[in-house]
Amino acid sequence: MLLLVSLVTFGIFFWLPKLAGQTTDQIAAGYVGKAPTQQAIEDTKERLGLDDPVVVQYADYLKAIIVGKDFKAGPVTDHCPAPCLGYSYRSSQPVLETLLDRAPATLSLAVGAAVIWLVGGITVGVISALRRGTLWDRMAMIVALSGVSLPIYFTGLVSLALFSYSIPIFPGGGSYTSITENPVQWFQALVLPWVTLAFLYAAMYARLTRAGMLETMNEDYIRTARAKGLPEKTVVTKHALRASLTPIMTVFGLDLGLLLGGAVLTESTFGIPGLGRLAIDSIRSGDLPMVLGVTLITSTSIVVINLIVDLLYAIVDPRVRLA
Amino acid sequence: MTGTAPAADTAGTGEAPTAFLEVRDLKIHFPTDDGLVKSVDGLSFQLERGRTLGIVGESGSGKSVTSLGILGLHNKRNANVSGEIWLDGKELVGASQSEVRRLRGRDMAMIFQDPLSSMHPFYTVGQQIIEAYRVHNDVSKQVARKHAIDMLGKVGIPRPDQRVDDYPHQFSGGMRQRAMIAMALSCDPELLIADEPTTALDVTVQAQILDLIRDLQQEFNSAVIMITHDLGVVAELADDILVMYAGRAVEQASVDATFHRPLHPYTWGLLGSMPRLDRDRSERLLPITGSPPSLINVPSGCAFHPRCPYRDLNEGKSETKRPELVEVEPGHKAACHLPLGRRREIWTDEIRPKL
Repeated sequence: MLLLVSLVTFGIFFWLPKLAGQTTDQIAAGYVGKAPTQQAIEDTKERLGLDDPVVVQYADYLKAIIVGKDFKAGPVTDHCPAPCLGYSYRSSQPVLETLLDRAPATLSLAVGAAVIWLVGGITVGVISALRRGTLWDRMAMIVALSGVSLPIYFTGLVSLALFSYSIPIFPGGGSYTSITENPVQWFQALVLPWVTLAFLYAAMYARLTRAGMLETMNEDYIRTARAKGLPEKTVVTKHALRASLTPIMTVFGLDLGLLLGGAVLTESTFGIPGLGRLAIDSIRSGDLPMVLGVTLITSTSIVVINLIVDLLYAIVDPRVRLA
Repeated sequence: MTGTAPAADTAGTGEAPTAFLEVRDLKIHFPTDDGLVKSVDGLSFQLERGRTLGIVGESGSGKSVTSLGILGLHNKRNANVSGEIWLDGKELVGASQSEVRRLRGRDMAMIFQDPLSSMHPFYTVGQQIIEAYRVHNDVSKQVARKHAIDMLGKVGIPRPDQRVDDYPHQFSGGMRQRAMIAMALSCDPELLIADEPTTALDVTVQAQILDLIRDLQQEFNSAVIMITHDLGVVAELADDILVMYAGRAVEQASVDATFHRPLHPYTWGLLGSMPRLDRDRSERLLPITGSPPSLINVPSGCAFHPRCPYRDLNEGKSETKRPELVEVEPGHKAACHLPLGRRREIWTDEIRPKL
């Protein structure tokens, strides 16, 4: 799975330029800097293995991930240890180190927003389902619809304009601080991104929960639960919600996995130095190893989280358990 | 004393009746976009402890709606329930939802038709019985679990101490229905409503389940309402029978009277469409022609008249006037315009020989 992802990404970035007629000279020239000399270009090509066949380059890349790689830069030989994703063409920093450096910001953003949207979305969805057709339900669903439809860079900017510039409750964009440095500032800086990002997802989850609950509340076992004389609260939470959570879990796995690979729009809007911003910057500057690194991280997190979700299924739904 | 003694004397007075369960003029209507669905429209009956009442009728005759109505399981937002339901001296239609909820499961319990969809797939059978027991009994989980195992053993589930931790999907159909019965009986309810408890089961298992319900009824001395469209089931289990058609009772009598001296053309039709092994076989079963009426546009007069082969014998009364449920013999009521003597003639001369 991961192999396939890396193969496709690698193909796109290393093979397509060749097909498009870009010579390795031109690629290498891009990295050398202003006024490249022929010698520097040759060196760069040699150093990065750009003239090797694509298959060999890919094998090199995989090998580096598994056993590490030695880079010869002039007289110095630099060893890049086992999960080696190479060096940035731009900053010459190790890709892995940069990724790990950026990951906490994305992680804080994604996990914080996930908590808010799960709690908010599911609560609104359940109440809407129970009060189906009432004013509350209609209003909630209108808000949800707008939440799904409005792009982050709109809601994000509006929330910044309102709560940071007009009424200065929260700090503006670009004020992200690491949690180890200053937890209070970290929290303050993330409130708006969290809420903005969560709004989008909460809207979706509210609709999803509502639909699921409406279906489950008509099940025979809900009637049985009522016939047992259970209080309505128990019927709703223990019996109906539990059964409606399965499809939500599936979607949640995908969403969280994707977000962990970088919430591109949110990070750009609020100036959070996370993986999403890194991806944008790397793509813009043609920093292939970095783009590959971000893509791999994204796909890894999606795969891993989905694996966790699949395992959770067995806990939530006993029918899935293996005999 | 029969369980279906006339209810008319006390109906509408609002006084507490002497019978254990008494339903008076129960109406359950559902307003829909197409019109008012009168699922149950003026139903009255009585039931004593230790007795079994069989409610029979075609699909859509209001049997299940009645039973859910007694348990108060209709959503007040989309169902209009009126009339009176007295259970052991307490009136249920006017009672608050939480009062009725406390009675549900403890004083009255229900066995549903399809045990697979009626049990929560994510909880073990034991958890579901324990839950039912602990809502009404303030006991520890261990005590409740012990009780659940006892109940499972009582309904004939082998190795109940192990099966208690199984999920519903790990049970066979018959075992699931037994577990369902164990759950319904976990709080010793005095009224047990079984809504087609054997429909989803194969015939050999059906007989076992019916035996089980009968044995448990004798043990707990509870009143049982058996809802079914299978006359064989009521013949086996019930003391009295209530025949429903289009939301109303058309005939009410003891089992013996219903099977041997029925006095309503619809009951004749039901008996004619039942396969019998203990009689000479006539060529074919005799179905009732037509299909059950729409409950939005119930036919005028006698609701059964469009399908009744004897409607022309009543000088047009069938189409215009609704027959009242009157006592034709002690403990035997029927709602039909045909003169009683003529009805007896038709039964002995025309219907009975053909069965």
